[in-house]
Amino acid sequence: MMDVIVILWTDALVFLLVFAVIVLALKLRQSRQFVEQWHSVFKTKVGASTAIILLAYIVVGLMDSAHYHPSQISDSGVSTPSAQVISVLDYTLSGLKNSTEKSYSAPFAQTLYVKENIQINNVLQRGYPPLEKRALHLSADEPVLFDALAKGVIGALLGMAVMLVLIFAIGKVNSKGLSGMFLPSSHIQWRSISITLLSIGAFMGSMLYLSSYYHVLGTDKVGQDVLYLSLKSIRTGLVIGTLTTLIMLPIAIMLGIMAGFYRTWIDDIIQYIYTTLNSIPGILLIAASVLMLQVFMDNNPDMFSTVEERSDARLFFLCLILGMTSWTGLCRLLRGETLKIRELDFIQAAKALGSSNMTIIRRHILPNLMHIVLISIVLDFSALVLAEAVLAYVGIGVDPTMNSWGNMINSARLEMSREPIVWWSLLAAFWFMFVLVLAANLFSDAIRDAFDPKLRSR
Amino acid sequence: MFNYILRRILYAIPLLIGVNLLTFALFFLVNTPDDVARMHLGQKHVKQEQINDWKQERGYDKPLMFNAKAEGLDVVTDTIFFQKSLHLFIFEFGRSDSGRDIGWDIQQRMWPSLALAVPSLIVGLLVNITFALLIAFFRGTYIDLWGVVFCVALMSISGLFYIVGGQWIISKLLHLVPISGYESGLDAIKFLVLPVIIGVIGGVGSGTRWYRSIFLEEINRDYVRTARAKGLSEMRVLFRHVLKNGMIPILTGVVVVLPMLFMGSLVTESFFGIPGLGSYTIDAIQSQDFSIVRSMVFLGSVLYIIGLVLTDISYTLVDPRVSFS
Repeated sequence: MMDVIVILWTDALVFLLVFAVIVLALKLRQSRQFVEQWHSVFKTKVGASTAIILLAYIVVGLMDSAHYHPSQISDSGVSTPSAQVISVLDYTLSGLKNSTEKSYSAPFAQTLYVKENIQINNVLQRGYPPLEKRALHLSADEPVLFDALAKGVIGALLGMAVMLVLIFAIGKVNSKGLSGMFLPSSHIQWRSISITLLSIGAFMGSMLYLSSYYHVLGTDKVGQDVLYLSLKSIRTGLVIGTLTTLIMLPIAIMLGIMAGFYRTWIDDIIQYIYTTLNSIPGILLIAASVLMLQVFMDNNPDMFSTVEERSDARLFFLCLILGMTSWTGLCRLLRGETLKIRELDFIQAAKALGSSNMTIIRRHILPNLMHIVLISIVLDFSALVLAEAVLAYVGIGVDPTMNSWGNMINSARLEMSREPIVWWSLLAAFWFMFVLVLAANLFSDAIRDAFDPKLRSR
Repeated sequence: MFNYILRRILYAIPLLIGVNLLTFALFFLVNTPDDVARMHLGQKHVKQEQINDWKQERGYDKPLMFNAKAEGLDVVTDTIFFQKSLHLFIFEFGRSDSGRDIGWDIQQRMWPSLALAVPSLIVGLLVNITFALLIAFFRGTYIDLWGVVFCVALMSISGLFYIVGGQWIISKLLHLVPISGYESGLDAIKFLVLPVIIGVIGGVGSGTRWYRSIFLEEINRDYVRTARAKGLSEMRVLFRHVLKNGMIPILTGVVVVLPMLFMGSLVTESFFGIPGLGSYTIDAIQSQDFSIVRSMVFLGSVLYIIGLVLTDISYTLVDPRVSFS
């Protein structure tokens, strides 16, 4: 094996983010209040099941973030790393990745979607050419429905079996036992977690099992499997939703606290900066920045050696631009809250005891702002995932060669006028986005209820 | 009060200067005019003369901020910064990279944008307030719970899907209105119905949810309890007291977007082929016409800042408790 690991810019940041979250979680475990608040998120059914759904998306995204050059055997029998870059997810789904047809085909179809000149019994005539990679196990007149249903059920059962093993393992760890994982409880909603896991297992199991026999969600214009494209798009959505926040967080926290704590001219300057940035309509500022980025990248083509590196750099800069334009809202919130907190008695007491400003900020102010930061991270996430699609439409989104839901919608939209309509790419992007954003929205509600004491009464 | 308003307006001036400097930095310092010219002329094999010609045609051949060769006042005025950026302050947008008069285009395209944005705003406001009041009336019941869940679900759908779905159902399946296009005068109505409906549906989730929380905040106030205690019916309490007081944050929230209505909606306009400022901007972005994008960035900021000043003023008018200091 000569696989050579490649770390793209966004990969590095993704792993940095995962690392930071783990370190932070281990550190905050000592805080009883923090642990209690997280428990109360998982005490609601909605909070528990949406967390699991988000986790499932994150697992796919992380698998797609581990990139490497796969080894290839050359003619002389020596294995060398090839030039292309693939991820662990590509490796797992290599069956789907290499099942490219010639053009459009509908979900579960046996033929292409457009007529071509084909040979039937040695006569050249117009007809639908059969698929080359999928639906080969059926003869042309065999009905698809029963076969697909049977295979779907088998896949679902297999997926659920895998999930049962996982649930059993979790039950062992928290000493609930397998049956305990399905009992209703007034504490953490293990039952909701188990049911969500089983549903995900059933869904993914049937999809993946079926996908080796059919194009479950059809194929796109150049014949790529739409299920594969949708799964690959998960990483793009997650990266935009999380890295943007990671980039803007330090700026927002630092400036927000400085403005609120030191007041005077520092406050004036920081307020001026964020009001000015805020005055420019967001999408126009993003558009202007991305256009300038395009000029820069076009004039410096040598900086990016592979297509992956180029599109990854563009994704990274897009996150940077989105981060630079979106820190103002959080900064204003943090400034206001700091203004309130700094007048409270415990800060005055700390001052009287001779604590330095840095100590007061670190020990007393920052921990009391964390709930605002957390809530705004989760709230921004869903907005950013949705924004990606709009940006792709405007033409200032991620690189057109990168898999993303925005690009899927955008290319499907151009085929809207086709008769009969090509609907499956749109539908696939719709569902994958909808489930992620809905889960994130509901999860953010659960987080807000748990962490914002002012709202808890409602 | 006059002093207060004057102070708010004066406060807008440094903001405008900041926006102007920022756009200048973004458009002329990140990439030099040479880079832009090279990109427009096609990457490779571009001669320096071609670049110089392109720059001269569009007035980019001057020094950026300081013209050492010129005499007198021209040292400052005969520069890109003065000609291209400072002229924006007197709304002199100049010509686009393809040679059109941007100011004239904006005047022409403002009206279709308004024709779409104003009905969307008014209908949307009415629908959202109605739904929010309804949900607030049934607060604490299953209608409330599922109403909110429904709102969250509506919020979780990308705006693009509302447009694509609406076009498909209403125009393609039912053949009720044309899919896209525009005509001036009263004929515009049949082209505007669909985008307005879709705009309203697209905004109903977040709007209803937000207004509901405003109404619920009012409902828990003491004066509402007093109103109930003196025997007013629930309907009367909702409409006379809760709605009236809830309208303060709602209306001031509307005032801030009023000037922005001129800018139109980027996505909706281009999807429906409405020749407003939104589709103007999107066309400029896609053809990489930097002069237009620069003008629109500045215009958008000016309108937003006007909205901020108007909001401050409207607060003082609507709510007498707000002090002028």
